[in-house]
Amino acid sequence: MSFSFPILPDGHLLAIEGLEPPHIGALLDLAENYALLNRQGKTQRDLLRGRTLINLFFEDSTRTRTSFELAGKRLGADVINMAVSTSSVNKGETLIDTATTLNAMHCDLLVVRHGQSGAPALLSQKVSAAVINAGDGTHEHPTQALLDALTIRRRKGRLEGLTVAICGDVLHSRVARSNIHLLTAMNARVRLIGPPTLIPAEAARLGVEVFHDMKKGLDGADVVMMLRLQKERMTGGLVPSSREFFRFFGLDAEKLAWARPDAIVMHPGPMNRGIEIDSAIADDPERSVIGEQVEMGVACRMAVLDVLARDLRRNA
Amino acid sequence: MHDILFLGARLLDPATGLDSPGDLLIRDGRIAETGTGFGRPEGIPTLDATGLCLAPGLIDLRAAIGEPGFEHRETIASAASAAVAGGITTLCALPDTHPALDDPALVEFVLRRGAATGCITLLPYGAATKQCEGRELAEYGLLLEAGAIAFTDGRRAIGSARTMRLALSYARAFGRMVVQHPEEPSLAAGGAATEGELATRLGLPGIPAAAESMLVARDIALARLTGGHVHFAHVSTGAALALIRTAKAEGLAVTCDTAPPYFDLNETAIGDWRTYAKLSPPLRPDADRLQVVAALADGTIDAIASDHQPRDADDKRLPFAQAEPGGAGLATLLGVTLARVHGGDLTLLQALDLLTARPAALLGIEAGRLAKGAAADLVLFDLDRGWQVKAGALPGKAQNSPFDGRALEGRVLGTWKAGRRVFGA
Repeated sequence: MSFSFPILPDGHLLAIEGLEPPHIGALLDLAENYALLNRQGKTQRDLLRGRTLINLFFEDSTRTRTSFELAGKRLGADVINMAVSTSSVNKGETLIDTATTLNAMHCDLLVVRHGQSGAPALLSQKVSAAVINAGDGTHEHPTQALLDALTIRRRKGRLEGLTVAICGDVLHSRVARSNIHLLTAMNARVRLIGPPTLIPAEAARLGVEVFHDMKKGLDGADVVMMLRLQKERMTGGLVPSSREFFRFFGLDAEKLAWARPDAIVMHPGPMNRGIEIDSAIADDPERSVIGEQVEMGVACRMAVLDVLARDLRRNA
Repeated sequence: MHDILFLGARLLDPATGLDSPGDLLIRDGRIAETGTGFGRPEGIPTLDATGLCLAPGLIDLRAAIGEPGFEHRETIASAASAAVAGGITTLCALPDTHPALDDPALVEFVLRRGAATGCITLLPYGAATKQCEGRELAEYGLLLEAGAIAFTDGRRAIGSARTMRLALSYARAFGRMVVQHPEEPSLAAGGAATEGELATRLGLPGIPAAAESMLVARDIALARLTGGHVHFAHVSTGAALALIRTAKAEGLAVTCDTAPPYFDLNETAIGDWRTYAKLSPPLRPDADRLQVVAALADGTIDAIASDHQPRDADDKRLPFAQAEPGGAGLATLLGVTLARVHGGDLTLLQALDLLTARPAALLGIEAGRLAKGAAADLVLFDLDRGWQVKAGALPGKAQNSPFDGRALEGRVLGTWKAGRRVFGA
């Protein structure tokens, strides 16, 4: 596939916010192509040959790191995983030191996950590599939004006009923020559902509707996207208990019946079964597309690496 | 010694409302004559100030200096050099140093270091509570005897209502104000930006604007209860200013200041994760900035302070939420204030009043006026000369200016302390 315009004009993928619908559409088209090739068992190992991709993870992750690793390898890159234990990081001070080290290693593509919002943006100012944000604090997780959108598009045939309900701990969710930006840009209707203590301030100004009642929020929804509720949110007092949370905001068969009969259920993983989602729903092949999300994750990350590598070639 | 005759300046003295062309004679470090009618004595060096403004040296109500404890950020000597470059001749230093200025010996140390600079009057605040921890009152009487000017815990709010009540009551006996950082600590804890749409988009933990107004409301009630004088530092929200306006109308001993970032910048300055614009309190939406401008114009705000908080690269080159809040403000205090004069929001005399006579009145000091016999603390500036703020090229050690890149009109050309030129060639 070739494109007549630069898809990621900054040379990085730091956020969905700011991407235009044609850019998003092009990334999704390219990713869909990779999904097809992946299913056919075809590889394109010459595309990133000789390129170094470093997975730099300041936070634990299995799923996202593995997904990027696989995407890089399928395109022929040399992939290195660097896990930086958060305990050894003195208030992020090593971020700048790390950038210096990476520059010396001539890294081409840098995948960063960090517990602080804006950390990949800070790194991108200091490194020569193209930076891909793999999740920063409570800011964004752009490739997750891409893979969610691709999964929805494949199941529903479109994004425009769909009603997508994002449920749970929106306040702390970078997945939610990236999805809000992407889905509203593509003219889907986005609803946020959660207790007021877990909905960020002025959320409606992001172009979404906010609900605190799951029944109303799920009414007519085409997609039900559950978010992970982290255990420390309970200790932080934002939610009284996990049983109360599950009673009012956990997804079970009874609540799912409020959505459209053909609504699909999504979750970025890892799931807290019995807290935000009932196992019977998570494992229901008729409704849950959680497995397909993982598959699309590899395809989307291949598309992003491909696009950024084109820029690298252009600048070389 | 220290005799000089300024010729043809625009003399500005907010204390008397003077704004007219004239000459000014300094003899033995004091203002000997002002105006047009006096005879020119022989053998005194003259300075042609035609077209330039000559005003009392600025009094900065609030600046942190790194000494003691944070000399890597700023020393008293480096702060003094930045201050005089900004036209400041009297500087009130915050006590939340390390150790905190909660002991008479430490107050004397800062006074001594300030005097040793030879270019500014450095007036240390005493800690309002021991170690500025907000629990037990510091020794106000002994601190005053050592030379403390008033009491505050600096950028730490006195969170306990009981402690604040005691502080206001006790300070009243000495006729001094207690300066509060108005931010409810439990609501502000962990926050990095004003809660709202922008913080939500950036995924930053928010501090609700109400954290300011609710502590202001509480402390106004305590001022009413105790009869003490509470002064709110760097007020940044319209809601808090409305409360202060009402309290003043009621006749309570309630005063406040603000700092240039809160009337010149709004929260969008933190976009692109600019940690130099991370301040405490955080920058606000533009609606609040406009309320601050209005409160400067209507007199609700008593003074403009630099709120200088020196930070070094290691404090600021971090992900936004981890970066230290605070901005350098000494060298830009006058220039950014004059932007409101050029913008038509304040008259020149009003602006200078907020930087000279009114802070002098708050502190109860003999400074900030062009009176005959007063110490010749003066600033000479060109109201229209343009310059650009450049972090990295500012006087003093601290370079963390939230105004980096800002073009300003109004440049300090010379500063005199007790008749001696301490800035400008």
